[in-house]
Amino acid sequence: MSQTADSVVDQIEHEHSHAGPRKGPLRWLLTVNHKDVGTMYLVLALVALLVGGVMALVIRAELFQPGLQLTQPQFFNSLTTMHGLTMIFLAIMPGLTGLANWMVPLQIGADDMYWPRVNNWAFWMLPPAALLLWWGFFMPQGAPGGGWTMYAPLSSTYAPPSIDFVIMAIHIMGISSILGALNIILTILKMRTKEMKLWDMPLFTWTWLITGFLLLLAMPTLAIAVTMLLTDRHLGTGFFEAAAGGDPVLFQHIFWFFGHPEVYIMILPAFGVVSEIVPAFSRKPLFGRTSMIWAVIAITFLSAIVWAHHMFTVGLPVEAQVLFMYTTMLIAIPTGIKIFNWVATMWRGSMTFEAPMLWALAFIFLFTIGGFSGLMLADVPADYQYHDTYFVVAHLHYVVVTGSLFGIIAGIYYWLPKWTGNMYNEALAKWHFWLSVISVNVTFFPMHFAGLAGMPRRIPDYPMQFMDFNMISTVGAFVFGLSQLLFIWLLIQTIRGGKKAGDRPWDGAKGLEWTLPSPPPYHTFTEPPSRQTVHDEGPHGYH
Amino acid sequence: MMWKRLLLALTTLSTAVGAAAQEDPSAFNMTRGVTEVSRDAFDMHMLLFWICVAIGVGVFGVMTWSLIRHRRSRGAKAAKFSENTTVEVVWTVIPVLILVGVAVPATAVLLKTNAESPDPDLVVDVHGSQWKWEYVYPDEEISFYSNLSASSRDASRLDAKESPANAPDYLLDVDNHLVVPAGKNIRLRITSDDVIHSWWVPQLGFKRDAVPGQFNNADIRIDEPGTYRGQCAELCGSGHAYMPVVVEAVTPEAYAGWVAQKQQAAAEEAEKASAPYSREVAMTQGKKIYESACAACHQANGQGIENTFPALEGGKITTGPVEGHLKIVIHGSEKNPVMQAYGDQLSDREIAAVITYERNAWSNDTGDLVTPQAVEAAR
Repeated sequence: MSQTADSVVDQIEHEHSHAGPRKGPLRWLLTVNHKDVGTMYLVLALVALLVGGVMALVIRAELFQPGLQLTQPQFFNSLTTMHGLTMIFLAIMPGLTGLANWMVPLQIGADDMYWPRVNNWAFWMLPPAALLLWWGFFMPQGAPGGGWTMYAPLSSTYAPPSIDFVIMAIHIMGISSILGALNIILTILKMRTKEMKLWDMPLFTWTWLITGFLLLLAMPTLAIAVTMLLTDRHLGTGFFEAAAGGDPVLFQHIFWFFGHPEVYIMILPAFGVVSEIVPAFSRKPLFGRTSMIWAVIAITFLSAIVWAHHMFTVGLPVEAQVLFMYTTMLIAIPTGIKIFNWVATMWRGSMTFEAPMLWALAFIFLFTIGGFSGLMLADVPADYQYHDTYFVVAHLHYVVVTGSLFGIIAGIYYWLPKWTGNMYNEALAKWHFWLSVISVNVTFFPMHFAGLAGMPRRIPDYPMQFMDFNMISTVGAFVFGLSQLLFIWLLIQTIRGGKKAGDRPWDGAKGLEWTLPSPPPYHTFTEPPSRQTVHDEGPHGYH
Repeated sequence: MMWKRLLLALTTLSTAVGAAAQEDPSAFNMTRGVTEVSRDAFDMHMLLFWICVAIGVGVFGVMTWSLIRHRRSRGAKAAKFSENTTVEVVWTVIPVLILVGVAVPATAVLLKTNAESPDPDLVVDVHGSQWKWEYVYPDEEISFYSNLSASSRDASRLDAKESPANAPDYLLDVDNHLVVPAGKNIRLRITSDDVIHSWWVPQLGFKRDAVPGQFNNADIRIDEPGTYRGQCAELCGSGHAYMPVVVEAVTPEAYAGWVAQKQQAAAEEAEKASAPYSREVAMTQGKKIYESACAACHQANGQGIENTFPALEGGKITTGPVEGHLKIVIHGSEKNPVMQAYGDQLSDREIAAVITYERNAWSNDTGDLVTPQAVEAAR
């Protein structure tokens, strides 16, 4: 390399290390700073949460009583489809990636992500993808209504033109996720401060390392599935066309080979957040740290061999049904271990109940309920009845809303004082928590009953006997939705000012992030943390 | 633990509110149903439910105890322990044993449910199609479509004047029931003519997807005569909520009578169909076909639904050249597959009649009389 190039690199490195943020709005477009990128991911997730939430509220309003009051069936189907896609790909996944961008470098003593420019690029793919996705509403025949699962042939040859836009959006979001995952994996493996052993990493970083690998498995699979839909539509490939010798069920196999790992992509980092918070507010080390990590690895492995449990009614050979029933049941064991370990961490602790801990506790209670219904769904003879009913809707929302989303909110409350330097308003946070946790159960618990009573999912209208359950759910959904406005108000308040948080606002919290000032300077760990600091903040620092 | 109590109170409240409004209190739980399959599913469901309750009481109990006792405000000092091999082994082994305990009966039931009887008394082919079910009795040479009943359809429109509460068995009622003999082994061979549907009657204990290009067999035996209602369970497009399943199990004698009646009706239909074709005959026959095949989308008044289903009254195709009208009914729409190819579902004469009806009903007055010969030529 020539001298000139070297000195240019030196200069960039130098500016990179010491310069503050760029002035003006170009800061956000051009930033390669992991904190800025993390913030942008979180803002996008919040916007998508509101957009997807409004869709959910229109759905719930339509379902308030029998008969059609607000939407035509096709528009209703578009709403359920886009609600699912929006929440999964634009709210939950970016929310977790935002937490990773902010916290992984801080937790491992790295000065930034491994590929800062790729980091910027991975984020900035998402807003155009979001526009492509939502544009379908303004196209002839409206947005696709075949469900977020996009089963063929309803979402291939029978779909409106907007499905092509959705497929493109999924491709872009997939590339973004793959780049993000590679970046996080490489950051953790290559940029971790030398003093930190792999097994001593914080649990949040651990879960994201494993999630990164799971993303590398799942996202290309989704890309394959939607590309085959696209070629079936436009090139006559007939992969999923029975009349052309193809098989509609093949799509489901490929989709769920992505789809089930996807569920764990959304929950593992939330496990990580809860594993940070519970010890901090119990003032006690995480119980069974090593078994927690192995449980996550086991769940990850199993998540790749359970996909057909979404397909027990498609006419699989009985041998396949037995096999997938067993693998699915096995997931209960590592998941159980995680819950037992959290409970054991609290046992004989010295607990306090600030907002992050409240959300983490709600996560443990309610995710466990989602786990119970999951165990019931694994049981094939009973699943013949549960499948495609509101019982499944209840199950998946207990896992994704009170699981993934509650985990993200817990993480935001936990790290918000670090990010902003200000304490949030604890009274407002309590209101937000109690309103949310009550209303979320009012919304989703009756769905168990509706499903058991026989209400199919994805219908805009329903027989009279399901009315009471639906009315209760709708009331709960509106309270839950409106409660989130308190959260937004709290976030704005905290960013603008408030009581100074101090470097370590939680006296029981451990981790390298708490050794930094609040808010942290634009560039952190340009000097690696000392061996002593890494030891004191790590799992061996309690004694 | 304020919120837990509140949650419990709310759940109880919602249960009570619901129960008061429901005639059948068992509607909070899975139905026990009327077949061995449904009873097995119910038993597995309850077994798992009680196991989950037991685990829940244990885990949430310990957690709640800890939340009450081990809080700093009560002066709790944090212990230092962070592992204990014994308990970790125990809470790995116990779940394994529970799962084995569940897997054994579940496997047995699963194998039993999927076993096919070698010699069924009756075979019925079930075809899902947007948005109705077709039932074909190959040995009895009976076949018919089962459409959402008119009362439900009228009450289900966005601008409906009738309340759903006044429609009998709203969204669970059809014009033609699937009639089967009680106490006999029935084999359903379920498939689809277009997208994936799922045939489901909760009281019969299972659902099976209707997948184009494959037959999924389901053997059932309904012990008690009665009428059992269900719905399509797999999202199949805009009419997904509007294709119920109604099974009527009757005594074998009544079944034999029904078969004879159906066969006679079919013979009469055939005779009528061979009667001289006239405008009057075409309009009457066409109206009937329109109501069962077309009205679900284009509406009985021919107005369609804005932006989704085109209006036929004053429509470009229905008042334009006959060739275009024949083409879209026989071959379906190239642009929008929701408009199916009715050439496969209806006879020449039926298509001729329905097109004649569409071109002369409401305010349409083309005066055209489309003949079966014209349909044959256009195929």
